[in-house]
Amino acid sequence: MNTTIMLFLLQDGITNGAIYALLGLALVLVFAVTRVILIPQGEFVTFGALSYAMLATGQVPGTARLAVAMGVVAFGLDLYAARRSLRIKLVVRSVLLNIVLPVAILALTYALAGPKTPIAVNIALSLLIVAAIGLFLYRIAFQPLAHTSVLVLLIASVGCHLALQGLGLVFFGAEGLRGPALSNAAFTVGPLRFTGQSIAVYGLTIAFIIALWLFFGFTLMGKALRATAVNRLGARLVGIRTTLSGQIAFLLASVIGAISGILIVPITTLYYDTGFLIGLKGFIAAIIGGLVSYPLTAVAALVVGSVEAFSSFYASNFKEVIVFTLILPVLVLRSLAAPAVEEEKD
Amino acid sequence: MSALLKVSDAHVAYGKVEAVRSVSLEVADNEIVTIIGANGAGKTTLLNAIMGILPLTGLAAFAGADMAALDIEDRVAAGLSLVPEHRELFGTMNVEDNLQLGAFRIPKAIAAGSFERVYTLFPRLKERRKQLAGTLSGGEQQMLAMGRALMGAPKLLMLDEPSLGLAPIIVADIFRTIGELRAAGVSVLLVEQNAQAALKIADRAYVMELGEFVLSGPASDIATNARVAASYLGFTHEGESAI
Repeated sequence: MNTTIMLFLLQDGITNGAIYALLGLALVLVFAVTRVILIPQGEFVTFGALSYAMLATGQVPGTARLAVAMGVVAFGLDLYAARRSLRIKLVVRSVLLNIVLPVAILALTYALAGPKTPIAVNIALSLLIVAAIGLFLYRIAFQPLAHTSVLVLLIASVGCHLALQGLGLVFFGAEGLRGPALSNAAFTVGPLRFTGQSIAVYGLTIAFIIALWLFFGFTLMGKALRATAVNRLGARLVGIRTTLSGQIAFLLASVIGAISGILIVPITTLYYDTGFLIGLKGFIAAIIGGLVSYPLTAVAALVVGSVEAFSSFYASNFKEVIVFTLILPVLVLRSLAAPAVEEEKD
Repeated sequence: MSALLKVSDAHVAYGKVEAVRSVSLEVADNEIVTIIGANGAGKTTLLNAIMGILPLTGLAAFAGADMAALDIEDRVAAGLSLVPEHRELFGTMNVEDNLQLGAFRIPKAIAAGSFERVYTLFPRLKERRKQLAGTLSGGEQQMLAMGRALMGAPKLLMLDEPSLGLAPIIVADIFRTIGELRAAGVSVLLVEQNAQAALKIADRAYVMELGEFVLSGPASDIATNARVAASYLGFTHEGESAI
């Protein structure tokens, strides 16, 4: 092996690692705020990527209709939950959020979709669609379970993953799709060739990390989200709604997932079920970060990406095995280092 | 005087075990009311149920409105606030952030004034405003928990064992502050094992035993009651025999 190959692999690893970092951060965020281990994160990736790829061919993706259907269910749940004290203000807000918003997104998609739609519009539309799905997913599947144990939430999470993956097959078919690159620019530094796409991956990852840091460090809502993560009862006692925090966490996670998908889909062909594997690698990074540490997760994601790149060069058959084996020593070390954790009650 | 908080015939149960049985109490505007009783009498359970953390059967009304349909966050918005026994601070966030979040439901302009008031009540918090809440001493954490609750400008502040585990000098400080709250227009419902200190600042008192109120009345009467003196104040009045 020479230096050139090593640099190539490293570059590849860091590009993938940046994506895993985004996904890992979203997983940590969602777990900290809602205690949900977000298995369907991978579906946000696929939905974002494939919606974008379909929009690029001028078609309206089925995900836009799914958002409307989920909104209707969410509206029904809102009405049922508030049946004892139905206030006009509440109903109006629920209609706006659950019915008007997804219908508007669907209408916008139909109005704008076409073979000549600019890339930026397609990206915005895919993000809107997946954001709505993320929001409603929390409302439908997790908000009614918010008080239950991590295990129950995990089971619900697996269920959501399976359901969304099946829907993905319906919407996008079994054949993979590829989307157009965000930019066709490219330049070379020494032996390395940087495409506009990989620059976009680095740039957006860094931008997202900075944006998250600003959001959590300096805005009241960001602090409220952190507070919910640190002490759920304390947060409720100052009037921070757990449901609001959960919605924001899911919104952020779905947008991050969709962005990751849109960043990958010009590089590799994505299938309806590819997202799961990508999401799992973000999950490995999140586990290495103990599901609490953002910086550790970001670093771990870069390691995961690099290990993946090198193992696909040396032993491509065992690529996934090697990557997922990374988790074992970490789990052993963590379980030795940490005292037994009691399930949180509140 | 109108009742700010009115609880009547309240029961609170953990599964089949009733921890609070048929309890009725009232707190009027600008009043300091204390509930004293031994460990395990059900005082904390009652406060948590009034706050909406535990389900309460019976009537609980705040400012004239039934609270049955309200969850914790709604009760906070209505002006009810609880400083829980374990304080429930945001340990990995600094003092200022904790206080700022206390005013989560309050418009920004009003919150600025609240900061001033809380820092005046607890100058120690101002000194430590950039320190993480988890690294504060027990007394400072109690001050921060109270400060955080006051940031939301509550009408009624419920305090659960504010003296627990604190040095006597800090307890005196905290009780003095509770007394000052009345001047700021905040009513207080105080649950305490430290009956002596609680009865000194309270207007009225309830004595709780095994989930029920066994005595109630003006704090001065309760303080001189022979049975209370023997059980909670640790001495007997001359000429009276302890029951």
